[in-house]
Amino acid sequence: MPTTVSVKKTNVVHSGQRFISGDIACAEGALTAGCRFFAGYPITPATEIAEHMARRLPEIDGVYIQMEDEIGSMAAVIGASYAGVKSMTATSGPGFSLMMENIGLAVMTETPCVIVNVMRGGPSTGQPTMPGQQDVMQARWGSHGDYEIIALTPSSVQEMFDLTIQAFNLAETYRVPVFVLADEIVGHMWERVTIPEADSIKIVNRKKPTAPRNNQFAPFMPTEDLVPPMAVFGEGYHFHATGLTHDERGYPRTDSAEAQTRLVQRLCDKIRKNKDRIIRVENAMLEDAEVAVVAYGISARAALSAVRKARAKGIKAGLLRPITIWPFPEEPVAQLAKRVKAIVVPEMNCGQIVHEVERAAKETTVTFLPKLGEEPHKPDEILEAIEEVIE
Amino acid sequence: MEEFSHPYEKFLRKDRIPHIWCEGCGNGIILNCFARALEELSIDLDKVVVVSGIGCIGRISGYTNTDSFHTTHGRPIAFATGVKLANPELKVVVISGDGDLFAIGGNHFIHAARRNLDLQVICANNFIYGMTGGQYGPTTPLDTWTTTTPHGNIEQAFNLVHLAAACGAVYVARWTTLHTRWLTESIKKALQKEGFSFIEVVSQCPELFGRYNKMETAIKMMQWFKEASEVQHFSDPAKAEITSNRITVGEFVDIEKPSYGRLLREMKARIREKK
Repeated sequence: MPTTVSVKKTNVVHSGQRFISGDIACAEGALTAGCRFFAGYPITPATEIAEHMARRLPEIDGVYIQMEDEIGSMAAVIGASYAGVKSMTATSGPGFSLMMENIGLAVMTETPCVIVNVMRGGPSTGQPTMPGQQDVMQARWGSHGDYEIIALTPSSVQEMFDLTIQAFNLAETYRVPVFVLADEIVGHMWERVTIPEADSIKIVNRKKPTAPRNNQFAPFMPTEDLVPPMAVFGEGYHFHATGLTHDERGYPRTDSAEAQTRLVQRLCDKIRKNKDRIIRVENAMLEDAEVAVVAYGISARAALSAVRKARAKGIKAGLLRPITIWPFPEEPVAQLAKRVKAIVVPEMNCGQIVHEVERAAKETTVTFLPKLGEEPHKPDEILEAIEEVIE
Repeated sequence: MEEFSHPYEKFLRKDRIPHIWCEGCGNGIILNCFARALEELSIDLDKVVVVSGIGCIGRISGYTNTDSFHTTHGRPIAFATGVKLANPELKVVVISGDGDLFAIGGNHFIHAARRNLDLQVICANNFIYGMTGGQYGPTTPLDTWTTTTPHGNIEQAFNLVHLAAACGAVYVARWTTLHTRWLTESIKKALQKEGFSFIEVVSQCPELFGRYNKMETAIKMMQWFKEASEVQHFSDPAKAEITSNRITVGEFVDIEKPSYGRLLREMKARIREKK
């Protein structure tokens, strides 16, 4: 980032034990990851991220701008990333819908950036102050056209910090927009967070081109990992980028089936072929489990409690928690399905990720536990389902 | 045979020529004036970013030999906002059309002007959506025929210079594609000005506007510009609506006001002093 001001590491990374909310932890994680640009629009329950960034960013030579809407926010985030600065926005359902247009542009122009969606109840304006997990499928498919996306689902305030850093690292590694899919409870909850020393935190920065700055430069020529090194504005490359289907030079190829196939397939493949490096899940008590709960985000906390209660009753239950929800951890779920008799999926929606679980766990019974409204599943509700399916 | 060389070829991506614009289109004239302005100011091309939206003129970013970005429809100003704030050393110029900037992108325009961001916005106003085949847009004059006003246009047209002035732009000018020297001078002025500048270029689309409105050639359209236009500096932008017999051109606004970039720098400096 072009800057004349030096900023002390300790001003950026507030190492130590902190008692903060999920939204604040997310903002601190972003700053730690190197984010210096935030464009957003106030929306419950993500506003606190914007407020914290508005206070902190100018202190460390960054930029906070409140745009006229979420469409503009997402466009500005892409612009800042192309100017060489790690950038992000944070929103909730209605704003996420408006961002979909330019999330597609970020995919197409391979723009590293982070979009936080602190999910609330929908559809439409829905329940702004209530939690939900209703945007998981929108996160996967919300923008038009074919693409793969990375989305992480924190289930604690600590993870709001950790996974926001990871989201930036993944965005920079694969030149993609990355989602942090939180929910109102995780966003507004206050918990103790450990912020490590700056030097012990792994930070990834996009790889830079080494090609000469001449009129043969191809800004979208991938290396072996299918990811092109990223030139940014002002470096003398004089490159062109467009939302149109383009070739490796960045030039529009609007009438070539071959160009469309080559580009779109690579955009998908750079995620698909790196799935094993991207996907993270957490297992609890699964070694000898006969019944498993697959749950993510806030639902996973009640699920863990239910599994412990089941164990206390002598039921061999366990939990598989996808930390990466997209790409979906198909393989871990498929392996799990071979070992257990039944799977329970609690979600704060009318059934979204359960279909992914069913697809991966072909031969096992999958029971869905929907939940809508103000509170997450009670552990006893999940326990009841575990007891029912084991009978 | 001697190789043909254009006096401004260093401003063009030669491997992108021929361009996609129709014969008689005004976009080439705008590109030429922009290149000339850069040349006359000796601006470092490494530090210029051309941002465009969707539409015929939107392809201009693919032809300029600078860093350039062709955004989604209506979003070039919002994208440019991110670029300029992330790296204030860059000269960020938005060149786009009337539909892109004032229909689908209208919200971004009014707020960028209000914020007084350090951006230069050049609008090619051809009165219609050209790329999609000539539908009416926010600047289509009353009563004209387009493919989606087959019974005549009953919508009032935006007066872009009035809008820009009201939103707070520090520099506002309007020219037609006939006024190439004036236009070049205006672009030069805008490029050197602190804050948000706006230049409207009334441009001809003989294929899809002229042809259906009794001006089927570029010459006929430019004849209209010639007969209707009157140079009047610093006249009231509110009274500068474009009509069939009057196109007021000239500079409308040229004022000084601290830009967003300056206020941001000052705010950061204040924060540093406090610490």
